[in-house]
This record gives sequence, C-alpha cells and structure tokens, in this order.
Amino acid sequence: MISFLLRRLLSSIPVALLVIVVCFLLVRLAPGSPFSSERALDPATQQMLESKYGLSGSLPEQSLRYLGNVLRGDLGDSLKFRGRTVLEIIGQSLPRSLLLGSIAFLLALGLGVPLGAWAAARNGKTADKWLNGFALLTLSIPTFVLAPVAVLCFSFALPLLPPAGWGTPLQLVLPSICLALPFVGVCARLTRSGLLETIGADFIRTGRAKGVSEKTLVLLHALRPAVLPLVAYAGPLAASILTGSLVIEEVFAIPGIGQFFVSGVMNRDVFLVSGVVLIYCLLLLFFNLIADWLTAILDPRIRLQS
Amino acid sequence: MKMRLILLSLTLIVLASILGPWLSPYSLSEVSAARLAPPSFSHWLGTDLHGRDLLTRLLYGGRISLLVGLVGATVSLLVGVTYGLISGYLGGRTDNAMMRFVDILYALPRIILVIVLITLFDLKLKQLLDGTILSSLASHARLLLLFVGLGLVEWLTLARIVRAQVLSIKERPFVLSARLIGQTTPTILFRQILPQVLPIVLTYLTLSLPAVILEESFLSFLGLGVQAPLASWGTLLADGAALLNPIQSPWWCVLFPALLLALTLLILNFLGDQLRQPQK
Amino acid sequence: MTFRRGIPGLTGLLLATSLLTSCQSRPRADLVICNGAEPQTLDPALVSGQLEGRICSALYEGLTRRDARGKSVPAAAEKWEISPDGKIYTFHLRPDLRWSNGEPVTSHDYRFSWLRALQPSTASPYAEILFGIQNAEAFHQGKLPADSVGLETPDLHTLRVRLTHPLPYFPSLTSFTTYLPVHQATVEKYGDRWTQPNSWVGNGPYRLLDWKINDRVSLEKNPSYHSPKRAQLQRIDALAVTRASTAFNLYSTGQADLLLDKGLVPSLMLPQLRGRSDFHPGPLLATYFYRFNVTRPPFQDVRVRRAFALAIDKESIIEKITRGNEPVAQALTPRGIADYNPPEGLPYDPTTAQGLLKLAGFPQGKGFPRVSLLYNKSELNEQIAVEIQAQWKQVLGVEVELRNQEWATYLRSLDELDFDIARSSWVGDYDDPNTFLDCFVTGRGNNRTGWSDPTYDSLLNRALAEPNAARRLKLLAEAETILVTQAFPIIPLYHFVGCLMFDPNRWTGLYPNLLDEHPFSEISPR
Repeated sequence: MISFLLRRLLSSIPVALLVIVVCFLLVRLAPGSPFSSERALDPATQQMLESKYGLSGSLPEQSLRYLGNVLRGDLGDSLKFRGRTVLEIIGQSLPRSLLLGSIAFLLALGLGVPLGAWAAARNGKTADKWLNGFALLTLSIPTFVLAPVAVLCFSFALPLLPPAGWGTPLQLVLPSICLALPFVGVCARLTRSGLLETIGADFIRTGRAKGVSEKTLVLLHALRPAVLPLVAYAGPLAASILTGSLVIEEVFAIPGIGQFFVSGVMNRDVFLVSGVVLIYCLLLLFFNLIADWLTAILDPRIRLQS
Repeated sequence: MKMRLILLSLTLIVLASILGPWLSPYSLSEVSAARLAPPSFSHWLGTDLHGRDLLTRLLYGGRISLLVGLVGATVSLLVGVTYGLISGYLGGRTDNAMMRFVDILYALPRIILVIVLITLFDLKLKQLLDGTILSSLASHARLLLLFVGLGLVEWLTLARIVRAQVLSIKERPFVLSARLIGQTTPTILFRQILPQVLPIVLTYLTLSLPAVILEESFLSFLGLGVQAPLASWGTLLADGAALLNPIQSPWWCVLFPALLLALTLLILNFLGDQLRQPQK
Repeated sequence: MTFRRGIPGLTGLLLATSLLTSCQSRPRADLVICNGAEPQTLDPALVSGQLEGRICSALYEGLTRRDARGKSVPAAAEKWEISPDGKIYTFHLRPDLRWSNGEPVTSHDYRFSWLRALQPSTASPYAEILFGIQNAEAFHQGKLPADSVGLETPDLHTLRVRLTHPLPYFPSLTSFTTYLPVHQATVEKYGDRWTQPNSWVGNGPYRLLDWKINDRVSLEKNPSYHSPKRAQLQRIDALAVTRASTAFNLYSTGQADLLLDKGLVPSLMLPQLRGRSDFHPGPLLATYFYRFNVTRPPFQDVRVRRAFALAIDKESIIEKITRGNEPVAQALTPRGIADYNPPEGLPYDPTTAQGLLKLAGFPQGKGFPRVSLLYNKSELNEQIAVEIQAQWKQVLGVEVELRNQEWATYLRSLDELDFDIARSSWVGDYDDPNTFLDCFVTGRGNNRTGWSDPTYDSLLNRALAEPNAARRLKLLAEAETILVTQAFPIIPLYHFVGCLMFDPNRWTGLYPNLLDEHPFSEISPR
C-alpha cells in the first residue's frame, strides 16, 4: 500500500513537469504576442519586454529556462497583470475556487448518488422515468444559459439571492448550484446504471434468496461495487470542479482561478496559464490517486499492481 | 413499442434538420426588418436580433450540431475503447504508462489545445484545401478542425472508464478460462471482454454525444466555434443567452434552442437505455 | 474505516476555514463602482487603459488634472508661464504637496517619473505621449542620455519643460496618466512590485488600501493630501467586472452604486433605459471604424473602397444594433473638440456605390474576389458585422466572408496586414484632433492599413510646428478631409456614447463629458 502510494507520487512529478512544459510550448506556439494591444507597440519595446520575461531565444531555450525556474520554485510573473507573480495570483484566487468547488462537488455527489440509487430501486416505474428526465435536463443546458436564467429567476423575479459578487455566504448559493447542476445528472445516471448492473449479479440474488430486504441489498451490498464507474469519473470531476469555470466566474463575478484557463490563453499570458495548469494537474493526479485507491478498496477482486 | 417511438422521434429530428431548411421560405442569413419579433404566423418561432427567422436557423443548426456530435463521439469511441481495453488488459507497467499518458493529456485544458489547433491550422488548412477538389470545403476548415479537436478530447474519460471496468472483468472466471483454452489476446479482448464493457460504453456514449455538442457551444460562446453566418444550436443558445436581461428578455431566443437541444439529447439517451436492455 | 469517518470531518473543517477566511471582514465602502475589468497595473508609466487611468487619477496627482466636466484645471502646479515662442513652459508647484508617507513632493519627482516613463527599460506603452518634450523620443530610442531631455528643475518647486514644437494643449496633456508622478525611493526599492498595497506610495487624494485580483481595488482618503476637503468619500471600492449583464445586475440590486465604463451597459436595454433618471448618456471622444488593407487587391483601388463606404447605412446600425443614439461618424474625429469642425464625410448613397463598383470592373458584384471582414469576437462586433455584410450583399451584390478571431490573433493579423477589411476603434487620449489623425501618418504603428500619403503627412507636420491655434486646426481639418473624403483607408461608422448609471438623488459630481473623465475626488453624496 505504502509502496504503491510512493510509486504513484514519484511517477506523478515528471508527469506534472511534462504537462506544464507542453502547456508552455503550446501557448508560445499560438500566434500573437502577450504584449500586443490595440495601440501598436514598437518592435524595440517588444523585444525588450520579451528578454525581460525570459521569452527571447528559441523555443527549446525558453522552455528549459522556464523549467529551470519552476524547479527552483519560481513560477514566473504574469505578463498581463504587471507586478504580480503567478504564485501570488494563484495564492489569492485558488482558495476561493476551492471553497466554491468543494461545495459544488459535495452537492453533485450528495444529490446525484441518492437520486441514482432511488431511481435504480424504482427501476421501470414512473419515478425512475421522471428522475431520468430530470438528470438529462441538467445535462443538456449549457452553463452560460443556466447561470443567467438562474440569476433572472432567483435575483429578480424572486428577489431572494444576490446576483453576483464575492464576500458573503449568500453569494455562494447560486454559483455553487449552477456549477454543480450539470454533474448531478451524470452522477445520478452513472450510479443508477452501475447499480442496475450489480443488482442482477449472483451475490445479490443470493442475498435476496436469503431474505435480505431490497433496501439493504441496494444500499449496503450493491452500492459498493456499483459505484466503481462513478469513482473513476469523480477523480477528474473533482479536479475540474475545484478549479472552477470561466462562465460561472464571469456571470457571478467570482474572483476565482477558472477564468485564467481561458483568459490566460487569450492573453498569451504563458506563465500564468502554465502555473494554473500545474495546479489543475496536481489536483488531478491527487484525486486520481484517491479514486484508484477507493476502487481497490471497493472491489476486492482488483489487486493493486505492485 | 417504446423503441419505435424513440426511433421515430429521432428520425423526425434528423429529417427536419436535413430537409427542413429547403422547405423553409427563409434563408439562413436573411436579415429582415422584423427584429426580435416574438412568435407569430409569419415567423413561427420568432426572429433574432437581425430579423433572421429562428425556426430556419434552428433547422440549419441541427445539421451542424448533429454532425459535430456524431463525428466527435465516433472518434472518441474508436480511440477511447481500444485504448482502455488494451491498457486495462495488459496491466502492470504498460497500464501504468498508458494511464500516465492519459493523465498528461487530461491535465491539459481543452481550451488551450483547441485554440492552438484552430489558430495554427485554420489558415493553413484553408490554403491546403483551396488548391484541391475539396475547395468548397475550404471555408469550412474551422468546422473540420472542430470535429477533430473535440473528438480527440472526449476519448480520454471513456478510456479511463473502460480500463476501470476491464481491470475488474479480466479477473472473472470466464476470462481466465478463455485464456486457459488458448484464445489469443485480441480475441479475448474483443469477443469476451468488449461485450461486457459495452453497456457502460453505450451509457457513456449517450452522455458524450451531448457533451461534444455542449463543448462546441462553449467554444462558439468564446468565438472559436462555428463561424457566422453558419449556426449551430450552441451558437443560437449563446446568442440568445447574451440577450437576457432583467428588463425585457426575448425569451423565444433562448427557450426554443434549449428545448430542441434538450429534446434531442433526451431521445438519444432513451435510445442508449433501450439498446442496453437486451443484455439483461 | 477510520479513513471513511475521517473524510467528512476533514472536509467540514476545510470548508469552515475557507468560509471564514474568504468572507469580507470590512463593512461596505461609501461608494461601490463597477469600473470594468481587472486593472492590469496601477503603475502610471505602464497604464494604457481607461479603467486603470480612472483609478490612477485618484491615486496620483499630475501638474494639472481634469475636473468633473473634463476641463483641465491646475492641480500640483498652481501656475505656469509660457515663453513667447510657445516652446518653454515653467511650472510652479504648490509648496504643500506631500506623498502618502509624509515626504514632500518636489519637481525632481516629476522629472524622475517622466524620464522613467521614457526610459527604454520601462517599456511604457504610452511613452510617445511625452515625445513633445525636446529629445524625449531620442532618449526613448536609446540614442541620447537622460540629461539631454528638455526637463530642468531650477529648484524644488519649479519644473521647466522645453518642447520641440509649440503645443498649445501641453498643460492639459500633463494630466494624462503617463505624466503622473511616482515615488522614487519606493520604485527603486521594490521594483515591479511597488504597487502592492503594503509598499505603495502616491500623492493623490486617495491612497491604495487593498487590491485583490479580480475582486476589487479599495481606496481610502489620503490624509497627506494637500486639500483634504476635496475628497468627500472616506472609502471607495472599484469592482472588477467583465460582463455588462453582471455589472447591470449588481447595480440593479444595489450592490454597486455607479456604473462607469461605457461597455458595462448591455446595448439591448438602452432603449428602455433612456427615459430613466439614473441613466446619463454623453458622447465620447472615441470612434468605431473599419479599416481597409490598401496593399492588397481589390482594396488597392480607391473606387472600390469608396463604393464600400457609400454602401453602408450607418443610421440603421445605430437604430437596430447599438441603440445608444450614437452620432453617425462622418469623419474620424468626433464633434465637440473646441474650435474644431470635422469635415463632412460620405453620405449613404447606394446608387453611386453601385456605379463606382461597375467602373472598377465589378458590375453588380460579378467577378468580385473573395474578401473577408475581420473582427475580434464580441457580441457587438459580430452583430454589426452581420448587418454590414448583409448591406454590402444587398447594395453591391458582393459576398463578404465573416472572419472572427480571438484577441491576440486578431491583433497579429492587424499588425501583419493579414486581412482585407478589419474592425477597429480608437479612443482619443486628449482633446485635440491630432490624437486621431496622427495614427495614419506613414509608417506609424497604429496605421495598420498600409496607407501612405505624403500630402497628409506634410499637413500634419506643418500643423505640429504651427504656433497659431486657428491656422493649426485648419491644417488638421485639411488632412482629415483627405482621409475621409478622398482616400478612404478607413470607414468611420459611429462615435461612441458613454453612459453613466447612478441615482442623481444620491450622488453628485458626475457629468458625462467628451473625455469620459469622472474623477473619484469630485464625487460626493447629496
């Protein structure tokens, strides 16, 4: 177990470094410059800025320079937000995204799994069909439609919640629901299909023959192996929910980290993008590790590769 | 009975998207003076900001959205299932390495890949196609890039899910006995294990088709998706959502694209569910 | 099993901590403004955007400043003398100027700051606004040392500036952000990071209290400011909001008191907002226009350009799309600059347009090569492009492809002249036509059309050296006439209209003006 953990941790580090170098290269390859603006910048100034930020020379030179800095703990400066280091920007924005993302993640699982289980227990009946329909509805509305509509409904039509902003707990309600909702449907459906598969299995039939109640069967015995696909899905889900979403952050004016994935690329702010991708990568590796570990615990038939 | 209803509805939608635009008196990009007009007899679903008929645009949009979804999902299916099967079955170091590769690709935000792909190749692809017989496709270079880009991004999750399933399936008695009889690995993979994996794959596929369509709409929202004057359900939704405000919202610009999208995805999901029943 | 029980506990603890740390501990500010997107910097030498400029006018004070109506008034300089040839300005500073850390502000500070903005290593995007000073341009290009620049400090309270040409608007120019002073010791000690709240020093009516990225800039009244009565509000928060609909929602629910940036009111709502008492529109010194790439066919032919220009119904765009009652742009320079009359441009004339296109060899658009209209993706740009595309099709029979690119790629396409027609806009930096017309001089970075006309260049050069104000403006008008009635490297479409949204019963000191200047220190509650 420990050796498994250590091996995974050790193999994760080169992965993370590889990812940010690839990211760095991709952003540098994209046409356009981080220093361009509606007012043209003269070439001498442009060159000066490039050498100041370590972006002169050939692409391999630039990436090696960047990699060297990262290994020394220096994630670089933002090219758009002058005078701020990438570490500082992440340090201010990440906790906010983590907070919002955790709430959304718990909502997604907390609503999705019970809904899926309930639907599986009532397989074929009306309740199952309605739940299925609801799950699908949450999947088929893009966030950039859901969020403005939610604001119109709950901030204007029914003035219950603030429409945007950051600082009070009430301001977290709408964004976390909008962030979680698309995933509630997926979680519900994965739970439901996993359960329906497991319920037909031999050991469940044995339990039924033994006289164990349907409810106990579903909740106690079937649930564990049934959630395997959900667990595999939940790893990447956690990483992406915790790093937030551009649309949610723009519509609700949340000062989180999600917007930098898109705005950073649009601005060619290469150090910020690579830094933010590094965070995402680390979260992803971490949660995948947990997911694989949970998979091993939940299904005794799998042996962890050693 | 159920299956017939589902197939009928799906066929209707597909037919409407293919034939509808030819039957409509309006064209895709015909602007008119009747801007932001609510549904009426002349415009059954209303008009948008430029006075373009919404129903016509929805039907044209269906072509693009369904095409994007289909091609993207197919690419993801072919690549993802094969990858997951091989990785899960082989296990050990190979599995580790293959999954690390997936992790690397996963850790790169799609948006970066897509922007670079589109901006780097948009012009080059156009120039390439211009000289050949496919020159009529040149103006749709962006669309082709979208297909490939989106498909290449969706296969990752599917590979992970398939691999997780394979890891547990391959220890089952029937697999072990197949190996004992001397069946070759490809046979085991595709004859024995694949059928076991298919239900989850199909479920996920019916989830990934809408995901691809939604991904395309997000890209359109950012300005990287389908170009004007072409429309997809995604761009129609994005345009409609941009018009929402607390004073006076043209609700038809949001409701009808959303309904049509939701309806299609619902049907696709029911289809997926029905396809899985025979396994029982 | 303990692992299982531990998870909920740990999660709960993490959530509680995050909840506590992320909640605002400060009470609501006296004035909350939706200022626009997150400021890229608050270093006046590096600022190039209006939203940063607004905050900088509260944090720093230049020799002159703009009042609430955009008029230039003395600020750090109480008076100044101009030499007879108009080239030497002697500014006398107030004796009671102080930095926010108590130190006195002297003329050395201004000289240091202006040289810093000109220094090549600072890479200031607006260094050229200082090029009126003698040898400033040469110093910026590294050809001459700092001492050769025409700035002298005979004593601590006097600043003498030598200009290359007589610039009548020079005193008002010194209120521009790039001319604002910075504290030398702070900049030298902290380098790039000197604008962080705990190291920041400034001399304006407000000081920097806090600055959280993508959240807000918090300003507090500066006790060291020489006229403490001027700043009436104790605390001001400038929120970073990118979307117009979000900003409007914040304003409607009372979370924000004031919407300042012109992009923060969704255009769809403008007709409904027009009658309201809290809606305050006003014309701006900014123009939306289309550029031609004159180095490529078919737009090398001036007849084709003229045809395209005549075929646009600008009124319908304003009525249907922008909806803000924007003035149609006949010329590049908006009306309203004192004593300047922009020339009458081209009207909407489809018949002549068709005739011209026929003359150029494309009757009814037959045989016209495939051209594209480039714009950066935004709702408004796309809506306008779709309209104009339809108009050109209808009037000229020409198919123009729409090509949208994201921002960085779009700028590169502009710089490399990789377009046929492109959308653009320009905001004037100061209230003089030169700020618009200078862009199209041969070889200027902002030209981006490939257009070059020696007559135009010489007119602008003569205007620069002309001491008589009336003659100078006449020369500029002549140049602009060439631009918009003879050569057409651009098609001006409309002039921007800014809208302020605030409740006039609660706030005063805010007036729509051409330069869109709304100094925070002028705003006060009723």
